[in-house]
Amino acid sequence: MVSRAQRTPFVSWWWTVDRLLLAAVLIVMLAGVVLSLAASPPVAARLGLDAFYFVNRHVMYILPAIAVMIATSFLSPRQIRRLSLAVFVGSIILLVATLFFGAEIKGARRWIVILGVNIQPSEFLKPAFVILTSWLFAESARKPDVPANTFALMLLLGVLTLLVLQPDFGQAMLVALVWGALFFMAGMRLIWVAGLLGAAAVGLLGAYATIPHVARRIKRFLDPASGDTFQVDMAIDSFMRGGWFGRGPGEGTVKRVLPDSHADFVFAVGAEEFGIVLCLIIVALFAFIVIRALTNAMRNEDAFARFATAGLAMLFGMQSAINMAVNLALIPAKGMTLPFISYGGSSMISLAFGTGMLLALTRERPKAELVGEGLILAPGRA
Amino acid sequence: MDEQVEIPSPLEIAAARPMPWHRRVIQGLLYGRNVDRHRKAKARIGLAILGFSIVYMIIAAKLVVFAVAPESHVARRGRAQDAVATARPDILDRRGRILATDVKMPSLFAEPRRIIDVDEAIELLTAVMPDLDTNELRERLGSKRGFVWLKREITAKQQQEIHRLGIPGVGFLTENKRVYPSGPEVSHVIGHVNIDNQGIAGLEKWLDSRGLADLHLAGFATDRQQKPIELAVDLAVQHALREELMAARTKFKAKATAGVVLDVKSGEILAMVSEPDYDPNNPREALDPDRINRLTTGVYEMGSTFKVFTVAMALDSGKISLASTFDARQSLRYGRFAIKDDHPLGRMLTVPEVFTYSSNIGAARMALSLGVDNHRAFLGRLGQLNRLRTELPESAEPILPRRWGELNTVTIAFGHGLSVAPLQALMGVAATMNGGYLIPPTFLKRSPEEAMQVGKQVLKPDTSLKMRYLMRLNAEIGTGKKADVNGYYIGGKTGTAEKVVGGRYAKNKLLTDFMAVLPADDPKYLLLIMLDEPQAAPDTHGFATAGWNAAPTASKVIARVGPLLGLEPRFDLPTADRLILASARESR
Repeated sequence: MVSRAQRTPFVSWWWTVDRLLLAAVLIVMLAGVVLSLAASPPVAARLGLDAFYFVNRHVMYILPAIAVMIATSFLSPRQIRRLSLAVFVGSIILLVATLFFGAEIKGARRWIVILGVNIQPSEFLKPAFVILTSWLFAESARKPDVPANTFALMLLLGVLTLLVLQPDFGQAMLVALVWGALFFMAGMRLIWVAGLLGAAAVGLLGAYATIPHVARRIKRFLDPASGDTFQVDMAIDSFMRGGWFGRGPGEGTVKRVLPDSHADFVFAVGAEEFGIVLCLIIVALFAFIVIRALTNAMRNEDAFARFATAGLAMLFGMQSAINMAVNLALIPAKGMTLPFISYGGSSMISLAFGTGMLLALTRERPKAELVGEGLILAPGRA
Repeated sequence: MDEQVEIPSPLEIAAARPMPWHRRVIQGLLYGRNVDRHRKAKARIGLAILGFSIVYMIIAAKLVVFAVAPESHVARRGRAQDAVATARPDILDRRGRILATDVKMPSLFAEPRRIIDVDEAIELLTAVMPDLDTNELRERLGSKRGFVWLKREITAKQQQEIHRLGIPGVGFLTENKRVYPSGPEVSHVIGHVNIDNQGIAGLEKWLDSRGLADLHLAGFATDRQQKPIELAVDLAVQHALREELMAARTKFKAKATAGVVLDVKSGEILAMVSEPDYDPNNPREALDPDRINRLTTGVYEMGSTFKVFTVAMALDSGKISLASTFDARQSLRYGRFAIKDDHPLGRMLTVPEVFTYSSNIGAARMALSLGVDNHRAFLGRLGQLNRLRTELPESAEPILPRRWGELNTVTIAFGHGLSVAPLQALMGVAATMNGGYLIPPTFLKRSPEEAMQVGKQVLKPDTSLKMRYLMRLNAEIGTGKKADVNGYYIGGKTGTAEKVVGGRYAKNKLLTDFMAVLPADDPKYLLLIMLDEPQAAPDTHGFATAGWNAAPTASKVIARVGPLLGLEPRFDLPTADRLILASARESR
């Protein structure tokens, strides 16, 4: 077995990685497969595909996703930064390319086909962006003479511009939120945080005023009678039909009606068949992952690892919270996938990449190693 | 000596290096002065943990709320049942005969989400009900909706057969179907309902607008024990009127015929027919524009019946008496127009002569002598210039001349140039007969006392007496001779108007009408007969004017409805000048 006596890379990984976190992530993935069994056959049937088409694909994505996650979790912080930079540059190039070559689906260009594989570059951009931003904020604390904050701001504006051009407001919002949270954690004075919030409000108002479908969604949320709230109504219906223990596998009916039952509304569809108890377990798993990662970040002495861990955890947490809140009609409808549970290849691999980095950064590390890498902060200096 | 020298790490060197002043300012602005950013970051991550905990807690709480909430679609189904089962009060005629009532019928619906095998369901359903459209059925059952109607109002036998098929996701709701036992007889009065039992025309719509709809929404109208609505209409009178009008339409090949029986003292409408009409049990016919209610929805130039108003105005002014004369020696020239009489007499005419010979020149001179303003004010007082609103939602605004000059007064005096709803004209004529009260007509039961409260005195009683005399005189010696029915002492006035076609009066497209009052010495009822584009019949010697078609039709109607209305025939009565005029002199 894996004994501490041996010093192979795997053994050292096994004893340093946060095994509880890893287990939680694997359980979420498993839950994703189970929910996919419930939610995706009707979608496949609607598209005239084999009933288990999406289930098979889901599993097919999960295996490489696990591999990516484990592999990434072996990396050192330095390697993570380098890899992220590469992924970031690569996805920016692809993102620009989608604007020109991407297939237009439902009014947005988000997808690009490379070697026969559909890729959504914005998904890969997110974790890489978080890592780079964290590094810049950490640098700004470590080397005040480098204009890292300015770089971070430019990075954000550039990414936002590209996402809005697609347009993909969901991802843009997510990216801006995480950036803002990191900015806040980097110790900015509250007045700047307030300013940031103000800017976000202005941006939201701008979107409300200029983009008709955003305005419609918000209006519909505030006054459900003003428009078609079919999806959200159906989702609520689904929760209520399910009750505590659900109607049993295959007994759901709402999934036949909801167009996005295997993607954005998988949470609601799962509730009908497996019950609210399962939903509560999933919420608890997400909460556990996020809070454990954040706690780890709080303890972490390394500024970069701290910000990066917190950033990735928040990305993961916000995405899950927004999706579940939309399913529960707590906030206006916004297309966002539920991490590891919603169907989607790019999303799955990108999440695995992000989580892998999270696992890597939360690995227990001897202090000496940090000093060796020249990363530890001078204590007591401010 | 081996001196140990502490070598500063590169980091410490960097930190120890003094910052340039502008960086220091920016740092201060960004983070505040002398802040341990290390500790601050930790505290803020703690804050994020708190934030996420709260968010997940809210999500979990909402989930629990959903879990404990009772299943809602059961409640929703119940509401739907209520909405569907909207009951309406019965509508009765004045003698208690049922004109409209509700019958419970099952309706077939499906919940497409629950249907397992659409093809099988279609096959089974069409086997029982072959008249269902397969394609439409497939579309409905294949939709994603939670509820679709398959067929409203099926028979009990069909219900049983479908029930036996045991198709999952198919069910029945009991609905109220409105039924009109008298078919098309009273169609324009009661109107009809849509498939959801909501009134969409006639009195049915009025019922809804009177708060029935609100009751439905509040869920209180499900009780069948609603108080029935009693109408003023007498089904027997309505039937007789309708039958005679249909006969007249066939005989004179008219486009349409219409008639009203009005109680002059209470304003109650005892019968109203505008025919062709439609069967409210099959309201699709109602959409045909030929089947509109011409009495309230149509506006027409009424022709010579308007002379009743002109003469009444003249007599009511006190400036003109029955003995006054008007110059009808030659046609009245007005600008490039010449007003002529149909039967030129070429002499001075007294007021009764103007009325009985229906002299256009005389009527025009009469109106001119009182002035345009008086004329207009008088017609306004008699309710001819504003939209008449009854219980029926269908009503039309009169068409007034854009600028009312002398020429307009000239033509309106003999019934051209002002289009009113026939029911409106009838209300005005009733005022000249009933002692001078303008009483808005109603389709509901009303006593004369109640009518007096809503009525307005618009004419002197004496004027009304003289008008009765003139009406009777016209039936004795004038254009209304053909309407006289022995024993009912009828008075009446004909009207023939050329219809405007493409902005010009068309000589061969006439609207003829006749207003009969019975009995003329003590008016109780007023009858309006109207024919739209009647043609000459074999026994009319090529004439198509009112005296030849509307008047004889009125005569037939009166002969039939007189007994129904409870009028006792009286024979060998003296002529109008002795019976009516004498009483007028006495009362003076």
